[in-house]
Amino acid sequence: MPLDWILTLVLAWLLIGGTGVFALRRLTLVARLLFPAGGVVGLLLFAAAAVALPEAPQTRILPIGLPSLPFHFRLDSLAAFFLMVIGAAAAGVSAFAAGYFRRGEGTPPGLLCLEYHVFLGSMVLVVLADDAYAFMVMWETMALASFFLVIANHRIPEIRRAGYLYLLLAHIGAIGILLCFGVLQANTGDYTFANMRAQHLSPFWASLAFLLALFGFGAKAGLVPLHVWLPEAHPAAPSPVSALMSGIMLKTAIYGLLRVTFDLLHTPLWWWGVLLLGLGLLSALYGVVFAAVQVDMKRLLAYSSIENIGLMVAGIGLTALFSAYGMRPMAALALTAVLYHVVSHAFFKSLLFVATGSVLHATRERSLGKLGGLIRFMPWVAWMTLIGALTSAGLPPLGGFVSEWLLLQSFLFTPGLPNAFLNMLVPVVAALIALVAALAGYTMVKFFGVIFLGQPREEKLTQAHDAGYWERLGMLWLVAGCVALGLFPVPVITLLDAVTRPLVGAGLGAVVSGSQWLLIPVSIERASYGPALFLLGVAASFALAFLLVRVFYHGRLRRAPPWDCGYPWQNARMQDTAEGFGQPIREIFAPFFRIERTLPTPFDRAPHYHVRVGDHLWHGLYLPVARLVERLARLIGLLQRGRIAIYLLYSFVTLIAVLMVVKR
Amino acid sequence: MNVLGYLSQILEILLALLLAPLLTGWINQWRAWLQNRSAPSLLQPYRKLHKLFHKELVLAGHASSLYRATPYVVFGCMALACAIIPSLSTDLPLSPAADAIALVGLFALARVFISLAAMDVGTAFGTLGARREMLIGFLAEPALLMVLFSASLLSRSTSLTTIVDTLAHRDLAIYPSLAFAGVAFTMVSLAENARIPVDNPATHLELTMIHEALILEYSGRHLALLEWAASLKLFAYSCAGLALFFPWGIADALSPLALLLALPMLILKLALGGALLALLEGVSAKMRIFRVPEFLATAFLLAVIGMLVNILLGV
Repeated sequence: MPLDWILTLVLAWLLIGGTGVFALRRLTLVARLLFPAGGVVGLLLFAAAAVALPEAPQTRILPIGLPSLPFHFRLDSLAAFFLMVIGAAAAGVSAFAAGYFRRGEGTPPGLLCLEYHVFLGSMVLVVLADDAYAFMVMWETMALASFFLVIANHRIPEIRRAGYLYLLLAHIGAIGILLCFGVLQANTGDYTFANMRAQHLSPFWASLAFLLALFGFGAKAGLVPLHVWLPEAHPAAPSPVSALMSGIMLKTAIYGLLRVTFDLLHTPLWWWGVLLLGLGLLSALYGVVFAAVQVDMKRLLAYSSIENIGLMVAGIGLTALFSAYGMRPMAALALTAVLYHVVSHAFFKSLLFVATGSVLHATRERSLGKLGGLIRFMPWVAWMTLIGALTSAGLPPLGGFVSEWLLLQSFLFTPGLPNAFLNMLVPVVAALIALVAALAGYTMVKFFGVIFLGQPREEKLTQAHDAGYWERLGMLWLVAGCVALGLFPVPVITLLDAVTRPLVGAGLGAVVSGSQWLLIPVSIERASYGPALFLLGVAASFALAFLLVRVFYHGRLRRAPPWDCGYPWQNARMQDTAEGFGQPIREIFAPFFRIERTLPTPFDRAPHYHVRVGDHLWHGLYLPVARLVERLARLIGLLQRGRIAIYLLYSFVTLIAVLMVVKR
Repeated sequence: MNVLGYLSQILEILLALLLAPLLTGWINQWRAWLQNRSAPSLLQPYRKLHKLFHKELVLAGHASSLYRATPYVVFGCMALACAIIPSLSTDLPLSPAADAIALVGLFALARVFISLAAMDVGTAFGTLGARREMLIGFLAEPALLMVLFSASLLSRSTSLTTIVDTLAHRDLAIYPSLAFAGVAFTMVSLAENARIPVDNPATHLELTMIHEALILEYSGRHLALLEWAASLKLFAYSCAGLALFFPWGIADALSPLALLLALPMLILKLALGGALLALLEGVSAKMRIFRVPEFLATAFLLAVIGMLVNILLGV
């Protein structure tokens, strides 16, 4: 039954989108009625998927698409889990979007509404698809819908360029996925996932399928070196769209990777795990180091998404390693960490992206160098962003810490692996994860501190207004998610038991559900973490200190200008800028960056300082490939002579060749 | 868990709150002696706290509520840290709430809050201090985590009480992995507690201060709480170091007698450790801020080597 409900809900989203077309320019109708309705559908999707998660898989065959090639849909626990993530995040973002879109920004609101809901619906159907045909159709619909959303402000050339880059990489990735399905069906001609599951491929073909899937889904997820579209497309899109792309769409790639590696391809080989681990860690480090030096708030978040995807892929790698060696409970622990990170990232990254939307509307400014001090003018947005930033930094007792904790716990089990080489790799890997987590804290202090704290760096910021009620409602829902995931990990992990069991053959449910307040993944002697107790401890000390100081001493205070070692002139320009905050990272991780600096000489009349941080991969990999493609295209272009005689000659030669090949 | 367990937990928190300023005073006394100065009284830190609590609170004009909440948050974090680190006994009711990883997270939470508060007023020194503090933090945090991982690989657990319990019951021998970890831990503690050679707790020289730059704008009760939290942090780190590397004498069974015996042992160890810290500070010089990454990278490497040794040799 839940599968039917979910398909109905997708239909409802498409209908809401379709209604938008009939109200192209009626902003009030679209914003106040259609987007909230979409949010309610998201909530219902969340509920329906939650009901379906523990149940047995269900299938449906819908006779749409080509004749004799119907769409197969299947709802199992993995799909239901991702549907819950999609529904929950979409509910928050839709509520925010109800207050976000304004008149006169590129694409008319009604059309945006259509693209937005088609995007949501196609993501649901990607997760539900049970044959390669339906999967690819939905995958492409998703890519196209998001492309049109990215170029909503299509009058700006950079945005069109970012959208084009995104579309290009999405399609190169799609080729990889298509070829992967081609390998998986093993010459049977039957492209349903049920058939692929029944095939037992030789290690060579299985590895080929895995590598193709890694390439295809890696391009969508933004794994290094296929990440270049992400920091371009995310800032270009309107904020709710960035939130959906970063919060949910990247997760569909994680879903695809999990589906192919653990479901369609049964048991992974050990070196797949090492490859995933390596690529994941590279992406995580690359992402966070670049995030720390960004000066555009949305680019910073986009790089932070690369980091988080990297952590998830590293976790998948660890899961693959454990399952290759048959260590099922450990594999379940690592997979639980990955899934937990999927859902907490969906909440906190959506929250941070929509928050940048509010800041953008209030100030018309995206550059960190021109913001500052907004906590005094937009307290709601500031405090909710603080929760998101702390979650993103992986700090207890919020959601991001739980997944990080589980991931580190599973790394501590790796010395049990029956492979001495891998055992030696572990300290390095755990050290890198720790470094990435610590750098994420640095980045988030920069993000929050530069935008919301300090003095306003521009005069106009003092006119900034707080977010409207719809925007606050959406953000509040996402904040609630971050906090709930942080404080109550036990019910979530118990729920995840049903997801990990079919994939790796074990789950944490039985162990974890032994205690409500403490998270005990293995045994109480081994490790435990009680977020609620933790918060209680800090809060109780906070309250006691507050009360006792007032009882024994006093609570008086006086406002005065800041002291700052007695310097008389203070202005906003003397604060650390975003560049300044990134400077230590630029020094320490210098080999990562391609830095272009223009420094003033002492004799300059108008001294000008400029620094630009570039990506080695863009110059070392993408530009040469682009040049190569251009050269090849020019060679092919030589065929075009522009004279009818030559074209007739081509036809004649082709005809002769065909006649020689085709014999009857 | 019985009444005695809760009693020992409360005793441990109270002991930390009361003894932490004393430890700071003790170290200051030793520093003065080593520098051939006449030393301040051992009770000087208490007098300072008392004075600061009495003083009027002067708040920078546009400071937000985040700025006002931070001293309490930092104080709460440090109090919780002292509560979960086993100093007197290895049987603590609060200990399951946070293991070694969560302890590192707890310190990180305090650091993030104090850095954000320093950025809140929007002065040049505050943001400078925040940047430097986060720089030291992101280098020190992984090293600390690696040290704790070395210890947890030996005991197959990340729970602090289990780690200390295992380490306290092994034979008296030098464990190479722990030796590496111990050196790394000392280096990290110096950096995290704003001691020489990374930072100087006695300076307000603009170009070199880190911790003092963070709390530059604080006054009155806020400053008192932050000073107290700083000494609590030093106390927590000292107790963690003692519990990991010199765990002998800690009470493993809950009986009033065992607790009573553990207390003088702890005070003796802290006194020795404090004197050593002062000596270490006395013979080293403050380094430039851009040498600090090298210093902490060394600590990080040592900790990783310790872990490798542990995995390869199993000791």
